[in-house]
Amino acid sequence: MKQYSAFDVIGPDMIGPSSSHTAGANRLGAMARKIARGDIKKATIYLHGSFAKTCKGHGTDRALVAGLLGISASDERLKDALKIADESGFLYEFRKADLGDVHPNTVKFTIEQSSGKTLEIMGASIGGGNIEITEIDGLKLKLTGEYPTLITRHRDCPGVISMVTGILADFGINIAFMSVYRHSKGQDAFMVIEADDSFDEGIEATLRNDVDGVKDAYSIIFTDGEA
Amino acid sequence: MDYGFRNGKELIDLCRTHEKNMGQIMILREMEISGRSMEYIRGEMKEKLEIMRAAAEKGIENEIKSVGGLIGGEARKLNDWNKKDKSISGTVMNKAVARALSVMEVNASMGHIVAAPTAGSCGILPGVIITAGETLESTEDEHIDGLFAASAVGLLVMQNATVSGAEGGCQAETGTAAAMASAGVVQMAGGTPEMSLHAGAMTFKNVMGLICDPIAGLVESPCQKRNALGVANAMVSADMALSGIESLIPFDEVVEAMLRVGKALPATFRETAMGGLATTPTGIKISKELYAPKI
Repeated sequence: MKQYSAFDVIGPDMIGPSSSHTAGANRLGAMARKIARGDIKKATIYLHGSFAKTCKGHGTDRALVAGLLGISASDERLKDALKIADESGFLYEFRKADLGDVHPNTVKFTIEQSSGKTLEIMGASIGGGNIEITEIDGLKLKLTGEYPTLITRHRDCPGVISMVTGILADFGINIAFMSVYRHSKGQDAFMVIEADDSFDEGIEATLRNDVDGVKDAYSIIFTDGEA
Repeated sequence: MDYGFRNGKELIDLCRTHEKNMGQIMILREMEISGRSMEYIRGEMKEKLEIMRAAAEKGIENEIKSVGGLIGGEARKLNDWNKKDKSISGTVMNKAVARALSVMEVNASMGHIVAAPTAGSCGILPGVIITAGETLESTEDEHIDGLFAASAVGLLVMQNATVSGAEGGCQAETGTAAAMASAGVVQMAGGTPEMSLHAGAMTFKNVMGLICDPIAGLVESPCQKRNALGVANAMVSADMALSGIESLIPFDEVVEAMLRVGKALPATFRETAMGGLATTPTGIKISKELYAPKI
């Protein structure tokens, strides 16, 4: 079980009014930005359940766009995020949607990147500002962003996992949690590795270049105060 | 862990063994889990206190308009009334409540607040700690230690029950904030850790069964006024505990009962805006007007 900090109780310091509808929404936007590596040409945001119902009053729309722009939950600019987006030419669109049998505070981002590539990210705000990313590009997974996280996309074949964990050991990284996901046998698979320590960029490059089978590796580093 | 505790009893044992108060144990625990220095951790809490102070004054100095438009200006009204010195519940109580109302106005207007333990209950702890601190002539360090003592109580609830209105109703949300505030103030006033937990237990007992029924689903009404109730509850419970009154039912058992009550509450009374005040004729009318222009 997670050890709560005193600042999980008194905190986060945030822009109101709701930790799940504002701070959590902001964090979901921030995670989507990280997963897209900051490369967002246009974001279409699908709001489900309670997110769709009480969006405006809770500032959920502003909080989500703020997250996508890299504005944090405690930054006063969160309030003006839609204006900031419009002024800077950041394209966004909100749609209400039924995303199925998912948490009531669920959102799906469809992100168009500068290369023309489209990325789909779904996540839920599960209370107290905590979130879970539940799907990336149709692949169901679980990602909280509470720990520095590394995601790899690799070929589903023997030995890749041990090569990756071996390299992490070489870099002195202690793995806290690790999950492996795939669509079906032999196809693309993903590893979500949550660690005690931040991943430096050298690790991403090493994994991509030195491990046969790893197609992509990217880290999502969330440290205290950055959410 | 040297300073870990699972329940109130273990927390009191730690205080006794190490001859420390609850706030100090909480700081030592924080050092243990984060690996950071005492100075850093206390500094972090000082920052929270400063945000709380700013939010507690903002609504008293200016009329704030909330995003949903259901609240705003209440903090200033009560503060003005309080200056006339004719109040029923006394100037200290009214000052504390005015501050809590202010923090909730800042929250509902998308201003900067500290969730304590949630955003919907963020007025209570600042209202009580800052105002009691004035009465007690507490130092900055004593305020900070008071907040750490409060966080110990919030932690106990998070570990053993819930602080979420969606899970346990408003008893869990503003109830926890008030229990935290009462325990923190007892420590600031020189009470023992046992007294702090008695205060927390009595606070919960006073709001057992309190439902969460936000009008139009917004964290505005009745949330703001329930923060006012939380302040009064915390201060009365703190005074009772400091006078030597004990909770007949120990803190841990009260928290367990609170969780059972929360689970027994129908979903309509747990932040769904599908029951209570939210479904009164006025509540429904407000909701319809607010959501008429769809996003």
